[in-house]
Amino acid sequence: MKLNVNGQVREFEAEEDTPLLWVLREQLGLTGTKYGCGVAQCGACTVHIDGEPTRSCVRPVSTVDGNAKIVTIEGLSRDGSHPVQKAWAALDVPQCGFCQSGMIMAAAALLKEKPKPSDADIDMAMTNICRCGTYNRVRKAIHVIARGGDVKSAGLNIVEGSKA
Amino acid sequence: MSQIASPSRRSFLGKSAGAAAGLMFGFHIPFDAMAQGAAPATPEINAWVVVKPDDTIVIRIARSEMGQGTLTGLAQLVAEELDADWSKVTTEYPTPGQQLARNRVWGSFSTGGSRGVRESHEYVRKGGAAARMMLTQAAATQWNVPVAECVAEKSMITHKPSGRKLSYGAVADAAGKLQAPNEIQLRDPKEWKLAGKRLARLDTVDKTTGKQVYGMDLKLPNMLNAAIKDCPVFGGKVKSFDASGVTGKPGIRKVVQIGDSSVAVIADTWWRARSALDALKIEWDKGPNANLQQADVNKMLKEGLDASEAAVGNSNGDVKTGLAGAARKIEAVYSFPHQNHATMEVMNATAVWTPERCEVWTPTQNGEAALAAASEAAGLPQNKCEVYKLHLGGGFGRRGAVHDWVRQAVLIAKEMPGTPVKLIWTREEDMLHGRYHPITQCKLTAGLDKKGEVTSLHMRISGQSILAAIFPQNIKDGKDPAVFQGLNAPGPEASIGYGFPNLLVDHAMRNPPVPPGFWRGVNLNQNTIYLECFIDEVAHATKQDPLALRRKLMKEHPKHLAVLNAVAEKAGWGKPLKKGVYRGIAQTMGFGSYVAAVAEVSVDKKTGKLKIHRIVAATDPGYAVNPQQIEAQVEGSFVYGLSAALYGECTLKDGQMEQTNFDTYNVLKMDEMPAVETIVIPSGGFWGGVGEPTIAVAAPAVLNAIFAATGKRIRDLPLKNHSLKA
Repeated sequence: MKLNVNGQVREFEAEEDTPLLWVLREQLGLTGTKYGCGVAQCGACTVHIDGEPTRSCVRPVSTVDGNAKIVTIEGLSRDGSHPVQKAWAALDVPQCGFCQSGMIMAAAALLKEKPKPSDADIDMAMTNICRCGTYNRVRKAIHVIARGGDVKSAGLNIVEGSKA
Repeated sequence: MSQIASPSRRSFLGKSAGAAAGLMFGFHIPFDAMAQGAAPATPEINAWVVVKPDDTIVIRIARSEMGQGTLTGLAQLVAEELDADWSKVTTEYPTPGQQLARNRVWGSFSTGGSRGVRESHEYVRKGGAAARMMLTQAAATQWNVPVAECVAEKSMITHKPSGRKLSYGAVADAAGKLQAPNEIQLRDPKEWKLAGKRLARLDTVDKTTGKQVYGMDLKLPNMLNAAIKDCPVFGGKVKSFDASGVTGKPGIRKVVQIGDSSVAVIADTWWRARSALDALKIEWDKGPNANLQQADVNKMLKEGLDASEAAVGNSNGDVKTGLAGAARKIEAVYSFPHQNHATMEVMNATAVWTPERCEVWTPTQNGEAALAAASEAAGLPQNKCEVYKLHLGGGFGRRGAVHDWVRQAVLIAKEMPGTPVKLIWTREEDMLHGRYHPITQCKLTAGLDKKGEVTSLHMRISGQSILAAIFPQNIKDGKDPAVFQGLNAPGPEASIGYGFPNLLVDHAMRNPPVPPGFWRGVNLNQNTIYLECFIDEVAHATKQDPLALRRKLMKEHPKHLAVLNAVAEKAGWGKPLKKGVYRGIAQTMGFGSYVAAVAEVSVDKKTGKLKIHRIVAATDPGYAVNPQQIEAQVEGSFVYGLSAALYGECTLKDGQMEQTNFDTYNVLKMDEMPAVETIVIPSGGFWGGVGEPTIAVAAPAVLNAIFAATGKRIRDLPLKNHSLKA
């Protein structure tokens, strides 16, 4: 089988019913996408398939078109410079961070579709589960991006961190 | 000064302990971190501080980072006393094996009870100060000048009279050879330059790019994967299993019984292992709890509410006489169910075992306890075992005291000597084999005099003891002291904020056969719901304002009162709200800190739908090491506490939990999350934790607001089991 992942065509072997999530994590070694529930409830496994945010834990790999463009957290940008990643870092959104790959992929898809989402839009699109409780910073970060990356407007006054 | 055995590997332990460790087995390690590992070794200044020649400062962190920000906070405290250039600070975890070899030089590794900062602030700051003194002395010696003429600032030592300068990196070698100072003066927090500041976390960026390696993400050469099923009925065992339909399928390496209650499949990939396990026919011997139902447990606890025998946790005056002579009595019974931690990352560990040595890579809140569990399961002494702490995808207490999954991983690895095997639980396994928040009920009885003043309060708690199950040595005369969190006599920990002429808090221990555990917030959670909702009941029954009644009862508890007043003022208590919006208030003290909250809610009369609009929260942790991270912890505490209040329960049916995944164990999501305004008011003179206390006020503030909105008093949680329709 083959898939187009993060701009590369990747060949691999797997049973047809293997969820895309586990092909990404095991066959392709892309562990940034997480297993949280396996039943499309938590969103930790969210990736983009042709731009659509998709819960990869319930998507049999055989149903994914080999030419479809899959983007994972590793492929969102080469160096963490996607506006969502930058806002997330500037506002210290993650706590444990485990759900954040999925959060970021969901937010990136939302902002592509609606560059200035309302709170209601955010509530509709961001159904990912975070047990640490980062929801309010996630919301703040999305609004910061909508305002063109104006970090100060979030009012968190975080002092820039170590470069080491 | 003793040295860590393998200094060349120290430099990248923090991010990639796994990679470092594998060298002992001669693995080829695929991590980028190997490049860093090849960097020249630098001598440590002391156990806490390493300074590299390029002036990079590596601060050793003994506690585990699981999202709560302790890694950054502890680094700030060390860097503060070290006078480090923060832009050059990085961190690493020492391993449990190094800790063992060095006589526990890093103090406790245990990360729970919001103790990271509050119990190690003194010795980590002393570590930083000692290192600064040694670096300064080394520079003075090199210049041949009195050390008193030298000052340290931002990783640079200056000889004041001559203006000469040396960086920390330039004198690190010499400093590391000096004797540690005996007299160490710590800085007054008022003079802090790095601690106390809203610094960005040190561990954020990799969490935004997918680079952060969690336990589940570990890759080792030739590694196999395993999935496991433990008997879903508590106390049950494996009767038999038939592997014939599974063995020989692609990738399947072995089907094995683990202990007397589990079956595991080992395969090349985890998905294959898991699929085979699902297809496996297992017959269980369901054991003594096969017919145990939730109603049986509830009944057992209910009996304890009026039992004659109970352990006394706090008492003053004479409640029996006080209640007998009361002009009026108010009584209510509350209950709080079992809950699962439901960390986003399920339990997992990778182990490799040979007859000579065992190594484990796992996300753990207590590396030393993980090492003990690995050693026991491996059948090897601890000094022939090692544990590498990997980043935790949430802990909340599940990954601290009991390392059941580590034991399983090692037993599985023993089936494949020399080959690393990664065990990952399914979410279903995680839900069925938690270490659950203890279940309790509480009967509260207040006695009022003719004027309506509360003269007596009896709180009878009935239910489960965590310590009896996990640390039975801490049970004295049948009493679990941790049961009384938030209800203790006046003192520095978890003390009650109210004064009553007659008070009795006692506990009838009733332990159902469900394994309990420390669940973020522990017993403060339900005790605060019981007391704070009941005080609200008394206020309404006596036609008093809930804030006014509290203030009256809190005269002798100024720190409790200060946070309560802070939230009342900021929330505008008593001032008009938008139509249909109502307030509730709650306060408590635990994990060393004082916390309070006001919630503003509305309830749709037709649908009964609850909306929590706004929370105002206050925390007095004594000292605030990183206010922006305290705010993050306070916000997160509302998510955890409100998830529990609204949805959280694990219920028994035929001896096993009914909730198996997030579809049956709902948690708070973005659309239900209220705005949270956090006030941090560090009053000084004590050190409190911030990761847990606020959870306890989340539910009672909201429940009291729901009463104000609907007149409905919710006493049995979670809220999902009740209708709020008018």
